[in-house]
Amino acid sequence: MNQFQYVRPTQQRTAITAVAKDPNATFIAGGTNLVDLMKRGVMTPQKLVDINRLPLTKIEHQKNSLRIGALALNATVANHQLVRERHPLLAQALNAGASAQLRNMATVGGNLLQRTRCPYFYDVTLPCNKRQPGSGCGALEGINRMHAIFGFSDKCIAVHPSDMSVALAALDATVLVSGPKGDRSIAFADLHRLPGDAPEKDTTLEPGELITAVEVPDGHFTRYVSYYKVRERASYAFALVSVAAALDLDGDNIVAARLAMGGVAHKPWRLAAAEQHLIGKPATEASFRQAADVAMQGAKAFKHNEYKLKLAPNTIVQALKTAAAA
Amino acid sequence: MKAQNKQIGTPMNRVDGRLKVTGAATYSAEYQLPGLAYAVLVGSTIARGRVSSIDTRAAERAPGALAVITHFNAPKVPGFAKGQNPSQPPTAGQPLQVFQDDKVRFNDQPIAVVVADTYERARFAAGLVKAQYVQEKHQTDMTVGTRQAFQPTQARKNPKSPVADYQRGRADAYQTAPIKLEAEYIIPTEVHHPIELQAVTAHWEAPDRLTLYDKTQGTIRTRNDFAKEWNLPEANVKVIATFVGGAFGNGLHSWPHESAAIMAAKQVNRPVKLVLSREQMFTMVGYRPYTWQKIGMSATPDGKITALTHEATGQTSTYEEFTESTVQQSRMMYAAPNVNTRYRLAALDVSTPIWMRGPGEATGAFALESAMDEMAHQLRLDPLEFRLRNYADQDPENGRPWSTKFLKECYQMGAERIGWSKRPLTPGTLRDGDWLVGYGMGVGTFGAHRSKAQTSARLLPTGTVLLQCATTDIGPGTGTAMTQIAADTLGLPPEKIRFELGNSQFPTAPTQGGSSTVNSVGAAVQEACLALRDKLRQLAAASNSAFAVAQKEDVVLADGYLALTGNPAARANYADLVRQPDDALVTVESKPSEEQKKYSMYSFSVHFAKVRVQPLTGEVRVSKLVSCADAGTIVNLKTAANQMKGGAVGGIGMALMEAATIDNRFGRYITKDLADYHVPVHADAPAVEVLFVNQPDPHVNALGTKGIGEIAIIGVAPAIANAVFNATGKRIRELPITPDKLI
Ligand SMILES: Cc1cc2nc3c(=O)[nH]c(=O)nc-3n(C[C@H](O)[C@H](O)[C@H](O)COP(=O)(O)OP(=O)(O)OC[C@H]3O[C@@H](n4cnc5c(N)ncnc54)[C@H](O)[C@@H]3O)c2cc1C
Repeated sequence: MNQFQYVRPTQQRTAITAVAKDPNATFIAGGTNLVDLMKRGVMTPQKLVDINRLPLTKIEHQKNSLRIGALALNATVANHQLVRERHPLLAQALNAGASAQLRNMATVGGNLLQRTRCPYFYDVTLPCNKRQPGSGCGALEGINRMHAIFGFSDKCIAVHPSDMSVALAALDATVLVSGPKGDRSIAFADLHRLPGDAPEKDTTLEPGELITAVEVPDGHFTRYVSYYKVRERASYAFALVSVAAALDLDGDNIVAARLAMGGVAHKPWRLAAAEQHLIGKPATEASFRQAADVAMQGAKAFKHNEYKLKLAPNTIVQALKTAAAA
Repeated sequence: MKAQNKQIGTPMNRVDGRLKVTGAATYSAEYQLPGLAYAVLVGSTIARGRVSSIDTRAAERAPGALAVITHFNAPKVPGFAKGQNPSQPPTAGQPLQVFQDDKVRFNDQPIAVVVADTYERARFAAGLVKAQYVQEKHQTDMTVGTRQAFQPTQARKNPKSPVADYQRGRADAYQTAPIKLEAEYIIPTEVHHPIELQAVTAHWEAPDRLTLYDKTQGTIRTRNDFAKEWNLPEANVKVIATFVGGAFGNGLHSWPHESAAIMAAKQVNRPVKLVLSREQMFTMVGYRPYTWQKIGMSATPDGKITALTHEATGQTSTYEEFTESTVQQSRMMYAAPNVNTRYRLAALDVSTPIWMRGPGEATGAFALESAMDEMAHQLRLDPLEFRLRNYADQDPENGRPWSTKFLKECYQMGAERIGWSKRPLTPGTLRDGDWLVGYGMGVGTFGAHRSKAQTSARLLPTGTVLLQCATTDIGPGTGTAMTQIAADTLGLPPEKIRFELGNSQFPTAPTQGGSSTVNSVGAAVQEACLALRDKLRQLAAASNSAFAVAQKEDVVLADGYLALTGNPAARANYADLVRQPDDALVTVESKPSEEQKKYSMYSFSVHFAKVRVQPLTGEVRVSKLVSCADAGTIVNLKTAANQMKGGAVGGIGMALMEAATIDNRFGRYITKDLADYHVPVHADAPAVEVLFVNQPDPHVNALGTKGIGEIAIIGVAPAIANAVFNATGKRIRELPITPDKLI
């Protein structure tokens, strides 16, 4: 671990300016991801701007949406009455992530911006374009069991590890940010990027931009929901594949559907075509299977993640079945 | 012994439980010595080649840095110069002599150690060391290694070696039989990963006196190894391991980091502490070797095994031949007339493996017990019935009687508890909602080993008996079991017994491993207590003739005085008997008896698993696990059950998730921490039900014990794999059984 400076401002402006004007400065919230990366030498900030003193922990309902402060803890959000009642899918996704201890430290903003778990990213002696642009992608021809089947490039095939983000993508959330040039809001689908030629950039945030809150619009997805996460042990493991499924049912008829997948791409993978396909269909395994087939169009596997071509659609079916039976 | 067994067999709480849960127990990394310095190892980033140069200047100038040791400036180690192999038992080859040459033999091999005044500064400085290499082509791929497998040197030199080829009847006789199977099984590299990281604090108390606070399973073994390495009299090396936070085998060998810490302490002339990182635990302290196996088996239509062939190739390093008993159980487990085994090694550019809980037997049982299930299925026989039809009433390997064997009783108890009768004969036919359900079983066995052990016993004037022994307690509750044994032998309440361990200056004990501590040290404790009682009788006889003529058994250690049963007048106050500290001190050496030659001595276990499998997603959940053991006398029902449960959970890990993966292009692990090397979490472990036959074995020792630690895990993985087959009809022959393999 390198030496670094540490500041803990109480003013949002001060925090933003500190990071905006120093390319080697970075925000730290719960630290559960950043500190690990610093210990491994993957990230080497020279200045840490601790944002935990900023008043960004509130969870409240405003107009037509639930507003969740960026510093609200993952555990707090998962157990919050408003979240459980209005967005049970989000609560499920949060509880499927990490462990109780980590959820007690991790924040909403940090969760969205956590970095990939690709082993080549984590080992500074191995090639990785995300960590060191131009060094090559270690995973492309390497052990790519955990890697992407959608939206990858020949520069990077890593996946985004966040569970909460998959639910937020399905729920059409909005991310509120504040930066050196002022405030703006970002549609959730536009927050994370595909790797393309610049895998070192995970998101569309500008330097110094601070996530202040996430807004989840009210909707009808309060009952028939399921966050189904397939992993290599019962808890405390990243997803091989996960599916956030939400249905609005009229009897057995599907009025509206939301679907997003985790563990398959560089960003939470929203399945818009499959959602469309479900509208007006009966909530049966046959409909779910057809939607899964639609969802999988364009998927492509590598040497070790061939199984995802089967696991992903199967998990979509299982998530939809579980949601419909909820 | 007049066995009163008031304590033996009870679920007594751990004598050190309070110390452990309150943080008062001191582990190897927790000794705060004055002037302590901290060392951090730097590992190579290539798997094979030479270190051509190392730039240590930045590290040396870093704040707080005290020394940077590499092969360019390492102090001379006298034992290294002699080129001797200090490890016990010696392996063929030469353990890594750290910093003695420029050769790189595996990725993350220590190439430098950095010492500083704080841990953080040592770590920072270690990051500044930059090495240049001349790289050579490496080989870490077991699929290639298996093709170039060779017979261990030990087997080539000695056809009687346990790892030599074995044959009774015809070799490979299954091949020509009408009902046969041939199947290959693979288990990947697994890593011990006790939660306590490997740690050593080295302190040269004088130029020729070394004290090590070390995470080891054998204080005597460690003492002897480093006495040899540094050319010191054994008495000048002291090894302390009072508490060990789990080891599972990685404390059974001496490792380069220990030598590095000792060197560093010599160099900076201060005590030095070195704690491995979790990442270094993958490469520096051994692992369970990747092993390829093949089973050939034939049977008669009515389910009698006619032939069994078991082949295995285990991974080892290029510089040491690590061998284990992977195929041995196939020689003695079932009564088959034609049996042969072959054991080979594949040398790769990796570090040397070491026994990991259940060692080779656990690996071997995965193949043998899976094959038993496969054959039963082929014969359309219940797998339990198939095993009963091939039950060995005596040891088929040597024709000797078993010292005791209650495996049939285990089968019966376990089958009843799991509800074996609900197991469908046809796989894939039992459901619980969306989930498939299946049942499976696997058998385990491990030698009831016993070796020489010493223990001292001393009566203190207060009436407390102090026992000392160099054994360690890596978690099974050794101190507690010994307290119970001593209490019963002397007829004292456990509060009057103090058992001290984990110090090489105490009477010699074997390394804690191979499920042999209670068999060996337990016997020594019992004998020491008996000897102490007689010593007290003799001391009392000097002033009271009643004691001189008394029967040994009649001597009673009462509260404050020695008494005689049936003679209330005979009394000798402890204060009078013990005037000098050593007046009432005995030290005994207990040895295995001649019976070892007459009987085959084994512990046995059977594990029954009930699993649920999600057919769409391939998720496997173990919903019930019943482990039943024939381990002789159970000294402590609580710690013994705890051992069994821990082993069962380890077996779940082996079956479903554990695998350390190397990217062969770089020869480097890509699993580096406990986030990607999965071990079971609570949600993976059902409440394991443990059953003991609890019948004493009269031949292993006077206590009747046989050992538990290994049989707790041996056979669990195949029980789960067989249950998965029963649930799904899919036979997974390569562990771990992850979702991708089932969809
Ligand atoms: C062993 C382990 C297992 C895990 N398993 C899972 C899992 O199964 N599923 C899952 O989803 N996650 C998992 N996680 C990841 C965990 O969810 C994240 O580490 C956590 O959410 C990060 O939040 P934090 O507040 O600690 O972020 P930090 O580590 O403090 O920050 C992470 C990044 O976000 C930036 N940042 C933080 N807050 C803001 C903000 N408000 N505005 C702008 N930038 C910001 C930081 O600069 C940093 O780059 C696991 C983590 C560990 C260590």
